Amino acid sequence: MIEMDPMLITEIAMRGKRIDNRAFETYRDVQIETGIIGSAEGSAHVKLGETEVIAGIKIEIGTPYPDTADEGVLTCSAELLPLASPEFEKGPPGEESIELARVVDRAIRESKCLDMKKMCIKAEEVVWMIYVDMDVLNDDGNLIDCACLAAVAALASAKMPKLNKDGDKYEADYDVHEGGLPMNGIPISTTFAKIDGIIVADPNVVEIKAMGARLTVGTIDKAGEIKLCSMQKGGERGLKIEEVDKIIDLAVVKGEELRKKVRIAAGK
Amino acid sequence: MMENSKPSGERRLVITGELLGRGRAGHGAYEDNGNVFSKFVGLAEARDDLHFVIPLSGVYNPKRGDGVIGRVTEIIFQKWIADINSPYEATLPLSEGVEGFVDLTKADLTKYFDYGDVVFTEIAQVSKQRHVTLTMRSRKCRKLKGGRLIRVTPAKVPRIIGKGGSMVEMIKQMTGTQIVVGQNGVVWMRGDNEDVAAEAVLTIEERAHMHGLTDYVKAMLEKRMGKPYVPKPPEQRDEGFRDLRSERGESFEPREGRTEQPQAEEGLGDVENIQI
Amino acid sequence: MGGHTEEQVIVDGKRPDGRAFDETRPMAAEIGTLKRADGSAVFKFGSTWAIAGVFGPRKVLPRHREQSDRAILRTDYRMASFSTSERSRPGPSRRSQEISMVMRNAIVPALFLEEFPRTAIDGVAEILQADASTRCAGINAMVLALADAGVPMYDLVSSCSAGIVNGYTLLDIAGKEDTSGELDLPIAYYHRKKELTLIQMDGIAKPEKVKEILRVAIKGCEQVYEAQKKALRSRYEVVTEEAE
Repeated sequence: MIEMDPMLITEIAMRGKRIDNRAFETYRDVQIETGIIGSAEGSAHVKLGETEVIAGIKIEIGTPYPDTADEGVLTCSAELLPLASPEFEKGPPGEESIELARVVDRAIRESKCLDMKKMCIKAEEVVWMIYVDMDVLNDDGNLIDCACLAAVAALASAKMPKLNKDGDKYEADYDVHEGGLPMNGIPISTTFAKIDGIIVADPNVVEIKAMGARLTVGTIDKAGEIKLCSMQKGGERGLKIEEVDKIIDLAVVKGEELRKKVRIAAGK
Repeated sequence: MMENSKPSGERRLVITGELLGRGRAGHGAYEDNGNVFSKFVGLAEARDDLHFVIPLSGVYNPKRGDGVIGRVTEIIFQKWIADINSPYEATLPLSEGVEGFVDLTKADLTKYFDYGDVVFTEIAQVSKQRHVTLTMRSRKCRKLKGGRLIRVTPAKVPRIIGKGGSMVEMIKQMTGTQIVVGQNGVVWMRGDNEDVAAEAVLTIEERAHMHGLTDYVKAMLEKRMGKPYVPKPPEQRDEGFRDLRSERGESFEPREGRTEQPQAEEGLGDVENIQI
Repeated sequence: MGGHTEEQVIVDGKRPDGRAFDETRPMAAEIGTLKRADGSAVFKFGSTWAIAGVFGPRKVLPRHREQSDRAILRTDYRMASFSTSERSRPGPSRRSQEISMVMRNAIVPALFLEEFPRTAIDGVAEILQADASTRCAGINAMVLALADAGVPMYDLVSSCSAGIVNGYTLLDIAGKEDTSGELDLPIAYYHRKKELTLIQMDGIAKPEKVKEILRVAIKGCEQVYEAQKKALRSRYEVVTEEAE
């Protein structure tokens, strides 16, 4: 399939404009819709430009891991559906979908936006299991940011089922809702790519092919200030320390812009 | 290679990424803003402002004009495929392997070169994507029958050959073996004392970066063979190994002593009683 | 990082093993230990022990993976089942698959891949003993193994991690520091270009603090670089006199 020549991308970057006419530091349009999947406890459909991800949250009762016996369990996974891109294949998760799931997982987990201790029902025996499943429907670049927005918006708008205790058995009643997940802060992941020495925010699919390196920075708002909660560099080239500094600064600003949209969409 | 040239400076051990000096980059080095760095762990030399490095390890990257030893692994359509101890396979087309007209409806290509045959051959061409074409047309090309093959690091071949062929000459003379050294790091030897010759070659491979190597090998050979080494004057030597990495191209010539025949009966290089 | 215990590990401004805040654990590196591999090396940070082997450049199988104009680098990161205090199941995990990928991206920039089109360079890093910074040790060993194999490179790449423990910025966090730490930031540094080729971070910190930790980690990579160079040099005897 004939695709845009990566060289053309760098030429455009030199001339000060991106191929879709965005400024270097501008994100594409973001649309967030929550509560769209009735069978899930939480869900969100996010479009970042033409990149599209649906995230679903399932909350179930389960057993904790032995070394975190008093904490609930958070599991994130991602599927790059073959319909999302001519380049996605059927079969077991490739490294791209594994990286995607783990980067989103880290942003949520390391930011401690969810107090997993509050998800404990009975230490060592019964806890809430929170499953975050992200389905990538269309890949027009920057899956990480889109998937993370979907996951976080879904978490922020999720409704906890009622906990019923019957003797020794615990059961979740999905017909009755008891409020949302206890969230402290909204983690946002922001990705920047370096193309020929220029840093651009929210790279689209063509820019991802042309880029040398990308850096994804997760930020969280806690106690009125913005902190970094995760970082992941991708791509086959390196970044100078000054470029990393710049991306960190941009991540704080862009993260806050996106955070506002998530809060509105989740009604928080 | 470097043995046949006069280095203008010392040869020193360098490691990957080490600064060699200012100037131009030769083999095994690269230039960045006027500074030349080494690409390898190896021995660095400088000729005026040209810095180059002989790596101490690494695979064989085929070069046009190199004489290499290969083994036939496949025969398909009108060509033979040979393993030349490289990430890249090499192809010997029919026209480069056989003199004269071949009737493909009747001919059996294995008659000329069979699976497993070992040949000393020349690289005629290497494409940008490293598709390698061989030829048997050079005078030196021949089948190597019997004997044994040893693999060494290709970059160490010049040490095995020695200045003007002196090292390999010494081994041949002392052990009475025939030896052919391929630029691709494959060495063929045949004779009564193959194992001593092999030991000598492997010793050079191990100690290629050390000084006093020639004396060390000489001492080892003298001990093994129980006689001193007295180098024969050049006129009395056998044809000797000629370094095929020459600038001139080999011309397309029929082999000496062969008559033109309408049907080819043997492949090029199929010669009995090799004098090497 | 392991589970959090939030213990006071830095007592009276001292690290449990007495190291300075910007000091790595004692490092050890050895080249050429595996005879069947084209190149091999061992790298240790204290008790974290990584061994790497490299094969190639060689033919690419399956063929459809080959690239017509360059070599591909395939890296595999594995942890031995006995490497951690609790036995782990053998076989790749999602974590090790992710690390395999970031290792490759950390090293690729330093290789002359265009010199061997249509080939593959296969590297495996196995962690024999794990005490934090396993991916860093794996990268350091693999880079040495590549140099040992005679793969042409611009420069070595060095990897090290820094982080925050009990509020202090420390280099090469290990042991108790690892289980009680608040933040872990492994990086890889490509010296010739002065570029970071691996950056990962777990934990929370202010942006300015993260910038500081990055710089401490770069200093650590420079210490690793010296150890790597020394190991490569001492593999061969020093050649001092003139060529024969």
